[in-house]
Amino acid sequence: MTAGTPAATRLADLFEYGLDAPICLTWELTYACNLSCDHCLSSSGRRDPRELSTAEAKAVIDELEAMQVFYVNIGGGEPTVRPDFWELLDYATAHHVGVKFSTNGVRITPEAARRLAANDYVDVQVSLDGATAEVNDALRGPGSYDTAARAMRHLADAGVRGFKLSVVCTRHNIPQLDAFKAIADEHGAQLRLTRLRPSGRGADVWDELHPAPGQQRELYDWLLAHGDRVLTGDSFFHLSAYGEALPGLNLCGAGRVVCLIDPVGDVYACPFAIHDEFLAGNVREPGGFTGVWRESELFRGLREPQTGGACAACGFHDSCKGGCMAAKFFTGLPLDGPDPECVQGHGEALLAGRSADRSGLPRPRADHSRRAAPPRRGPVPVKLTRRADLDRPPVSACEENPLAGLRLP
Amino acid sequence: MPGIDIDRAWDLHPRVSVRPEPFGALLYHFGTRRLSFLKDRRLLDVVRNLRDAPTARDACARAGVPVSDLPRYGAALGALARSSMLVERTP
Repeated sequence: MTAGTPAATRLADLFEYGLDAPICLTWELTYACNLSCDHCLSSSGRRDPRELSTAEAKAVIDELEAMQVFYVNIGGGEPTVRPDFWELLDYATAHHVGVKFSTNGVRITPEAARRLAANDYVDVQVSLDGATAEVNDALRGPGSYDTAARAMRHLADAGVRGFKLSVVCTRHNIPQLDAFKAIADEHGAQLRLTRLRPSGRGADVWDELHPAPGQQRELYDWLLAHGDRVLTGDSFFHLSAYGEALPGLNLCGAGRVVCLIDPVGDVYACPFAIHDEFLAGNVREPGGFTGVWRESELFRGLREPQTGGACAACGFHDSCKGGCMAAKFFTGLPLDGPDPECVQGHGEALLAGRSADRSGLPRPRADHSRRAAPPRRGPVPVKLTRRADLDRPPVSACEENPLAGLRLP
Repeated sequence: MPGIDIDRAWDLHPRVSVRPEPFGALLYHFGTRRLSFLKDRRLLDVVRNLRDAPTARDACARAGVPVSDLPRYGAALGALARSSMLVERTP
């Protein structure tokens, strides 16, 4: 981020009150996915029959063009399994909406990679959550490391420079940061690290997977050492309370500069907050996405000045701003209090106060996880019998015999 | 902060998109994938004038920048040039 201006206001201060249009937004094209990652923040797996049609998706892109949204972060689910994925990609870039899309690599064939190399307005992010198959596949499922590795090879071979290797930081892969960097360098890619959120299925594994307090420091030092050569999607601003601010806005952009459009067109304040509490509207409403962004009461509320709440007295509130709203919400912490991973340790006591079975914590609004057992195939065997309490057919309503149905003891 | 040579002709990089905002404008460079911003409307006018002005100095004058403010605006344009948002052009 550069400041090409005479005045000395911080960009983040201007953004706190929201913009007429988001800078970028996340758009999850489908809930369908070939994988079932333990920490999926959208609880994806099965397609939703109400997902936006091709025509509806194009209408959304038209709106984004009119609002001058610079780019969309497309995800899912696995966006490339939508049959119209490439059509929508071309439509967006032809309409001056840049596309960054996340993929597990399943459809990145050599041909797809060549196609991507030819489009200057597309960025690809390949997800990998372990620098070894062992660490990655434990979280993302068997074979997922190889799928990602193959996709990266195809992208590199096709000459796609600077694609992103996207990693969600967990307790198990923090020791692998250098190894991730090496994999990225080897492919001419750029490393992108993001925070594990307790959203979607991630809520069920967050306690076991989120970086341990010592690892947070390790991550912070590593990020400082690598500066803006490693991308973070601005997701670690809660670590700024260690001292020096990390590159980026260091601001919760929910409803102010970012939001989420989910596969059925619901608009949420951020990609990590798929819950009624953060639902602003739907792009199918008469005002479309523009109407939701500009008029929704929820978004207007988020653009009001926020009080620091329990954090106001903390000397670091200016740098971390209380951390991530979604992380607080899904771990059951008050929204105006500290982040569950507050580096000053203010979140730990609150986390310890939760009930042991985690009952009462908010659950995501939608769950498209695939069923644990595959659906039954073939005919269902049914044996036809007569009800045990009937020894003869019921009496017809037209029966004229006054003694019909009479049972003698 | 060193400025640019305001006696030469400049223009926005062809891959930069400008979005006016109440506080000024947002700039996004599709080549470097970098976001930048202009914190006042007059600077936005200057940047928009660059294309048709023979020099950056002239673009500032057309936007009503007082001579005393030229160094500040020159420095702002310099920051934009360093991040490749502006490029020199042959007049």
